[in-house]
Order: sequence, then structure tokens, then C-alpha cells
Amino acid sequence: MNKYTIFQKILLYLSIAVFLTFILLPFVEMFYASLRPLKHLFRSPYQFYSNDLSFWAYSEMWNTVPRLGRYIFNSFFLASCVAILTLLFVIPAAYSFARFNFPFKNGTLYLLLAVNMFSGPVLIIPLYKMLRALSLLNTYYAMIVPGVAFLIPTSIWLLKSYFQKIPIELEEAAFVDGASRLQILRHIIAPLSTPGLAVVGIYAFIGAYAQQFLYAISFNQKKEFMPLPAGLYEFIGYQTVKWNEMMAASLVGIAPVLLVFIFLQKYIVEGLTVGAVKN
Amino acid sequence: MIKKTKLQAYNSSTFLAYALIAPAAIYILCIVAWPLFETIRLSFTNSSLAGEDYVGTKNFAKMLASTKFNKIIIRTFVWMFFSVLLKLIIGLIGAALLNSHLRGRAAFRVLVMPPWVIPIAIGMLGWLWLYNGYFGIIAGIGMRTGILDGPFGFLAYKQSAFISTIISDVWVGTPMVTLFFLAAMQGVPKDLYEAAYCDGASKWARFYSITLPQITPVIITMALLSAIFTFNSFEIIWILTEGGPRGATTTLIIDTYKQALGNYKFGRGAARAVVVVILLTLFAAFYLSLLSQINRKVANE
Repeated sequence: MNKYTIFQKILLYLSIAVFLTFILLPFVEMFYASLRPLKHLFRSPYQFYSNDLSFWAYSEMWNTVPRLGRYIFNSFFLASCVAILTLLFVIPAAYSFARFNFPFKNGTLYLLLAVNMFSGPVLIIPLYKMLRALSLLNTYYAMIVPGVAFLIPTSIWLLKSYFQKIPIELEEAAFVDGASRLQILRHIIAPLSTPGLAVVGIYAFIGAYAQQFLYAISFNQKKEFMPLPAGLYEFIGYQTVKWNEMMAASLVGIAPVLLVFIFLQKYIVEGLTVGAVKN
Repeated sequence: MIKKTKLQAYNSSTFLAYALIAPAAIYILCIVAWPLFETIRLSFTNSSLAGEDYVGTKNFAKMLASTKFNKIIIRTFVWMFFSVLLKLIIGLIGAALLNSHLRGRAAFRVLVMPPWVIPIAIGMLGWLWLYNGYFGIIAGIGMRTGILDGPFGFLAYKQSAFISTIISDVWVGTPMVTLFFLAAMQGVPKDLYEAAYCDGASKWARFYSITLPQITPVIITMALLSAIFTFNSFEIIWILTEGGPRGATTTLIIDTYKQALGNYKFGRGAARAVVVVILLTLFAAFYLSLLSQINRKVANE
């Protein structure tokens, strides 16, 4: 039933190649640009072949933008804070949604999804005024506090489905045998849900990493707190744009996130799609 | 008997249930719900960094009377329509390809994901370079093949900038759409295909008459979800064109942001944000009613 003729196979592989070219071209071209000297990048028309490739830009970029290391650190620091805070809020809530029956449960769950509709730009004015009133503008907090709220809803949905996979009989048996809720949480729930927690934590981390740009350009003007996506603009100088170094720095900044995601993609994609597919 | 009542107590402690949800709920109320009401309040004021006064519906009257704003609304929907349509078509084709039984498909699936995972702001720097009129690869191919007579800045002209931002938005959104379609296709019961195969249906016929109808609910869901995401899309246009050239890529979200934090005219910005919220609420209402209809249909079958 699933056998293909040679012709069909070739056609399928060709189509996949076209599809993946669209998806991956920016990355390939970013990498290629990062390997070429600046004066060879600035040749028109475009040169497909270059015999002068080197990793020079990857060492020079730290001199062009001395704070680059700081920006990368900021990005990871901010994303980690957001992910940890998100988990702290989400774990009890998701457990409650997974285990208890209470009035307005479904309504609350769907209301949570409605939060996903609103993106930062819509709420930027009150958030800006609020952060200004609390004198939190131009601090790390300004880039942590808003981000958490937008990651909570999906994280609750994700973690809820992990908690639901733990058989409730385990908890009930322990409860009947006289274990307290805290003991159950520590000895049954916590060990069994570690993989789920890891996936949700990484989802929150990647989400936080991805949304930094808006909060950084809106709420922060202090260079020492800038995350990488905003800091990359320092490669744009008055005279020229150092494209090769900017691309090198971009790739260095996204490589760790991509690697983590590739290793865990199966779990994250599974968790995210399962709700949508089975409603 | 004692065990049973004890268990009921375990599963129905309403107070504990609410207490566990409270921190997350309060956080969202402060960071999302309250700003939402505040936006609505501010839209009736002339709020700026200097202060604020109540001005009634002046912001709205001024906004709706301007032809510029009406153009922005129309542009937003045209931009969104093409972007969502392309995402769905490319996503459907991509998912069908990745669903075929070929060697290496596990690797192909992983290779689809990067645009979804990395920060949009960084991906757009790559596109900025691709679109470069003198040194970018797209203009380069155009010049080498003779399609272009000379350098062509894709982001410098109204129409090409509009199309370019759509293509980049499709690039960002397609992976998610593809993966959801793929998950849906894998959920289609295998025996349906086997029965059709025994009846002599070709691969194309099986796709057309089994796969497509089976995943229609997911297609509708994804259409609405990506409409919401596309409507909210900010970073792509902001980084590529900042809404230019001469406003050609200024969508409602870009306009809102420019009014709000570009000019610090909070009142006018808030009025635009209120329009965004109203439109998003309409989308959501439509989405939820559609979802419940689909669920009812599935339940009936």
C-alpha cells in the first residue's frame, strides 16, 4: 500500500527538497555569509562561489561588539528567570486542573487560552505605564515580568496533560493509606512528572527567548541589560553593516536553543499538538 | 464506605483547587486583564508622558475619519489573508510530504522546525540579508538569470516590500502549521486507508477523500489560530521595514505600536489597541463557536 514507484520517489524527494530549501535557506545563507570576508560579501551581483571562507568573523565579532558576551548572557539569564517563574506559577495550577473538579473549571481553562490571543504590542501602553510607575523600566524585571504572563496559559495546558497521565489510583491508594497531600506530592507526583516538568520548562525557556525583542526595545534602554536580539543591532555601524559578524553572532546565539530543541523536539511537539488534534 | 467518602473528599476539595490556581490567576489578572481594561480607559483620554485628560470619543472619531487609518485596516486584512492562505497551503503540502513513507522522514521533520524555535528577531536579520538589493542571494539569482536588470531592493518599494514581509511571515508560521497537520494526518485511522486501498483507490484519491476530510477540523482550527498570530505579528514587519516604505507595510499592530511608543501618544495608541482587541475578540468568538460545533459533530458520529 505504501510502496512508491521510482518516479514517485524522485518526485517526493524533489518536493521535500524544495520545501526544506524555503525553510532552511535563511540559515544556510546566514552561515555562508558568516564565513566570508566583508569585502567579498559586498560584491554585486552575488557570488555563489567563494574560495576565501574562514571562521574569522566568529573571533572578530567579540572585538566589534565588546558587550556581545554580556548580551548572550542576558538572553539566557532572562529566559531562565522567565522559565523558572512560569514553572512556579504553573505547577500548582496545572495540578489543580488535572486532579480536582470544581465549578467553572472548563470555563477557566478556555479563558486561559484567550490570553494567548493578546500579544505584547496590544497591551504595551498600560504595561509601559505600570513599569514606569513602579520604576522598573530599564531593569531586568521589565523584561521578565510581562513575558511570564503570556507563557502561563499554554504551559498550564501542557503540564495538565502530563499530570493527567499519572494514574490517579496511585494517589488515591496512598491517600487511603494515610499519606498527606504533601507526602503524595513529594513521593508520587514529583518523581513521576519530572519529564513533563522538563518539557514545559524548556517550552517556557524557548518561548521566553523568542519574545525578548519586543520587551527589550520597549522597556529597556540600558545596554548592560540588553538581550542578544536587540544587541545584535550594534553590528550596524554608521558606515557599514558588518553582516558577516552579525550573522556569526546570531548563529552563536541561537545554536544552544536549537540543539536543546532538536534533542527534545519529540516530547514538545507531541505535547503541543495532542490537545489540538484530539480537541 | 469510609474509604469512598475519604476519596471523595480527596478529589473535591474546592478550596484547595482554587488556592492552587490563585497565584497564576492573580498574575494574569495583573499583567493581562488589568492592562486590557486600562487600555480601554486610556483610549478615551489624551494620555501622554505629560499627563492625561478625559476626551470622550475624540480619539476614535479622529481615527475612523482618517483615510489613512481605513487604509491600514484594509491593508492588515489583505496582508493577513495572503499570509494565512499561504501558510495553510504550504503547510498542507509540507505535512503530506513529511507523512509519506520515505527513508529520512524523521530527519526531515526535525529540519522543518528551526524557524519556529528561534527568536523571530534573529531570523529576520537573516531575511534582511537575503532581501538585500545589491548583495543578497535573491537579487543575485535574479540578476544572474536576467530576471532583474540590476540591483533590486526588495524592501525599498511598496509592492515588493508588502510581498516580502508576507513571505517572511509565512516562513515563520509554516513550521507550526505543518507539524499540526502532520500530527492530524498521523491520527487518521489506518484501516480507512486499507479499506480504500482494497477498493482500488489511488494514493491521490486516498488523500483527497480520506485524509483531507478527516483533518478538516484541524485545518479550520489552524486557520483561525494562524489568523490570530498573523494579525498580532509585530517583529517581522518592524525589523524588515518598520512599516515602510511610505507606510506600505504598516499594519494595525505596527500603527498601534508607533502611535504608542514611537510618539508617546498613549491615548491614540490605546484607541488603536481597542480596535485590535475588538477584532481579536470577534476571531475568538468565531473560533470557539466553530470548535464547539465541530466537537458536537464528532460526538454525534
